[in-house]
Amino acid sequence: MIRVQREAFDVGAELAALTAGRTDIGALASFVGLVRDHADGPITAMTLEHYPGMTEKKLAEIEAEARARWALQASLIVHRYGRMLPGEPIVLVATAAPHRAAALEACAFLIDWLKTKAPFWKLEETAEAPRWVEARASDERAAARWQR
Amino acid sequence: MKILYFAWLRAKTGTASEEVSPPPEVTTVGALMEWLAASRPGFAEALARPGVVRAAVNQDYAQPDDPVRPGDEVAFFPPVTGG
Repeated sequence: MIRVQREAFDVGAELAALTAGRTDIGALASFVGLVRDHADGPITAMTLEHYPGMTEKKLAEIEAEARARWALQASLIVHRYGRMLPGEPIVLVATAAPHRAAALEACAFLIDWLKTKAPFWKLEETAEAPRWVEARASDERAAARWQR
Repeated sequence: MKILYFAWLRAKTGTASEEVSPPPEVTTVGALMEWLAASRPGFAEALARPGVVRAAVNQDYAQPDDPVRPGDEVAFFPPVTGG
């Protein structure tokens, strides 16, 4: 399941809902991305811009790719857009499988691919002018290790 | 043809979205970029930095050689930075 939303989310509630009523899941892996208060300098807030329509399409494709590569019992991507403050969650990725290897690998794959393939752009607010975050080569390398 | 601009490309071009009717010889993403840049200095400036402007046609990533047709939705944006 994928969701793109402005509102904050409750990680515990999301994970509980993902496994509710299930007794076949042995491993639940999750990744939560948060707004930091510091990058190259202090950050007071962050705004996530996205491409409505394409964002949902790409997230669904990314999730489908994970489900094709690993035998997952459940998966979830929740990504926010709009303005958020340091400490707030930006993204949640969760994967469930009978055993930990598939859950952990698929979770890492999802966030690595999402970072380089889902159309979102971060604008950081600082004491000076707001600045658009630059794409990082390390994110490209992280995604490349999953390339087939 | 609907053109969308995102992130700092939106600021550079001064618009988020516009309807355009390029001439018939504009049949690829690359040709469309050149045609748009001719009348939009901000877009031309962004294109001058190689490899920075990415494109999507009908909500799928596209390369300069990929085709564009009347009625397409074509988006231009910098490399993505979500997650």
